[in-house]
Amino acid sequence: MEGGRIFVKGSEAVAMGALDAGLKGYFGYPITPQNEIPEYMSKHLPEAGGAFVQAESEVASINMVLGAAAAGKRAMTSSSGPGISLMQECISNMAGGEVPCVIVNMMRGGPGVGDINTAQGDYFQSTRGGGHGDYRTPCLAPATCQEAYDMTREAFDWAFKYRTPVLVVGDAILGQMKEPLIRRAPRPDDPDEASGWRLGQTSGPNRRILRSLHLAEGKLAEVNLRLQEKYRDMRAQARAEEFLVDDAELVVVAFGSTGRIVKSAVRKLRAKGLKVGLLRPITLFPFPEQVLRDLAYSGKRFLTIEHNMGQMVEDVRLAVRGLSDSDFFGALPGNLPTPDEFQAAIERACAGASL
Amino acid sequence: MSETVAFERTPSVADVATHYCPGCQHGVAHRIVAEYLDGQGLAGNTLMVTSIGCSVLLYNYLLFDAVEAPHGRAPATATGLKRTNPDKVVFTYQGDGDLASIGMAEIMHAANRGERITVVFVNNTVYGMTGGQMAPTTLVGQKTTTCPDGRCASREGQPFHMAEIMAGLPGVAYSARVALNSLKNIVQAKKAVRHAFEAQLEDRGMGFVELLATCPTNWKMTPVQANERVENELIPCFPLGVFKDLKTSGAC
Ligand SMILES: Cc1ncc(C[n+]2csc(CCOP(=O)(O)OP(=O)(O)O)c2C)c(N)n1
Ligand code: SF4
Repeated sequence: MEGGRIFVKGSEAVAMGALDAGLKGYFGYPITPQNEIPEYMSKHLPEAGGAFVQAESEVASINMVLGAAAAGKRAMTSSSGPGISLMQECISNMAGGEVPCVIVNMMRGGPGVGDINTAQGDYFQSTRGGGHGDYRTPCLAPATCQEAYDMTREAFDWAFKYRTPVLVVGDAILGQMKEPLIRRAPRPDDPDEASGWRLGQTSGPNRRILRSLHLAEGKLAEVNLRLQEKYRDMRAQARAEEFLVDDAELVVVAFGSTGRIVKSAVRKLRAKGLKVGLLRPITLFPFPEQVLRDLAYSGKRFLTIEHNMGQMVEDVRLAVRGLSDSDFFGALPGNLPTPDEFQAAIERACAGASL
Repeated sequence: MSETVAFERTPSVADVATHYCPGCQHGVAHRIVAEYLDGQGLAGNTLMVTSIGCSVLLYNYLLFDAVEAPHGRAPATATGLKRTNPDKVVFTYQGDGDLASIGMAEIMHAANRGERITVVFVNNTVYGMTGGQMAPTTLVGQKTTTCPDGRCASREGQPFHMAEIMAGLPGVAYSARVALNSLKNIVQAKKAVRHAFEAQLEDRGMGFVELLATCPTNWKMTPVQANERVENELIPCFPLGVFKDLKTSGAC
């Protein structure tokens, strides 16, 4: 399996990444545009000795993940916006109970049922916790099939290192696009065997309990402080791709598929002599604040481009506050954005014109 | 004078006072489950899924590894747990609000799939923890804080009969209803709990046991009156008995 180039859809790359990460349980409910993930899993996960269940709903899917993950198994689900909304109750519970898992969101247009075409409108939901209470979920945003594979693998490492649900966020473009992929060697059978917290190894007075209810005075405060400490720790691991930013006067900030389309636009504009670059956040939480702040210190201007009505731009503005600001251009949810559309927006921003 | 111990604590029940109200039968249900698992030597091999309701602190009293599921979702959580740990004994412990209201979809589908889990369902015809609101099992005419004039069939519907409904689903190997209001019924309850676990252990399908229990606090009764209510009102509405006992599994 290792070494050779194969030609797969982004959603299949996600599924392969999870399998090669040592996945033991996949639980999901169909929704476009990510059905290739459960379809792939239904065949290949049982063959690899894992459990596949098509759940009756997204609510059930994520709670099945909770069960498998409570015993320390690498478990995941995948969905698209409306389904992720249904999962928020349990994601909050898993964040509170410190149970690791991976959740993939191949975003589509919203709000509501929206449409099945591509969009990036779930940025707030992905980076603000989404469910109730004080929590965050680490969130990785791949832009290519290879990244979809690598980052899904990596998501399990984040999940177990920090004992937390981790999101991998793509969109319909990434999910449906076919590209070459190189798979790496699968992980050993049970990479998290040693996890001291997992159920199934004790009983009696030293039994293990995974819970998010804390009624004793002061206990919940203690848990919340520990969670915040974890989130602070994660900040050091924030990542972004920098493309032609050093001499750029205008840095375009864009993530995922949009980041890729912007990259084409930036190349074309460079050929025309415009000093523009791209910063593509790879971790949406933790957000690569420091990279942006450093760029702001060196006097750059910013334009945030997203496939939504303006969400990540708030994080960009927070990062550069006091030093700079960011313009915003949003491609309309559900429409397929083009490099030309972005190119025009970038040119206008370079000229200082209002967008 | 020397003392003779007539009744010992079973090892999987913690030696602590519970938070339950006087006369509440959650404690009796806990004991029956623990006694069975201890008796079979299964304590070290059992994982439990706790739910939301008065019994949310079950893990303080039963000494098995536990994961707490969100309200109603225990059957899904147990599905994930059992499917990835088929060698473990997995059970859920759920109240009527948890199982038959918010969690109705999860229990139906887990049952229909024939998950090899045991479901202990405590039916006290009321939401205990949140202060006595109407439950899906509240009797017609029963007053609760959200049906203050009594449940009306044409307005709020009639109580769900879960043990019978579960018996109708192909994945359920065993379904029974018992009551905890008398010694005689407790003996029957022990038997039913045993059969509900055996359905799982023998890989036949889901084992389901409904325990009719008291909630003196929200029924606004003394424990003795509450026991009488089980006999005089609950049992006539929710007949005791075994509704299904499949001896083979429908495995593919
Ligand atoms: C999503 C959600 N909705 C509502 C609640 C509030 N709640 C807690 S316990 C409970 C009812 C439990 O009743 P039951 O299952 O009958 O158990 P009992 O307390 O009677 O043992 C409710 C509605 C909650 N915790 N979570
Ligand atoms: S409120 Fe009812 S169910 Fe809850 S502990 Fe008290 S008696 Fe038991």
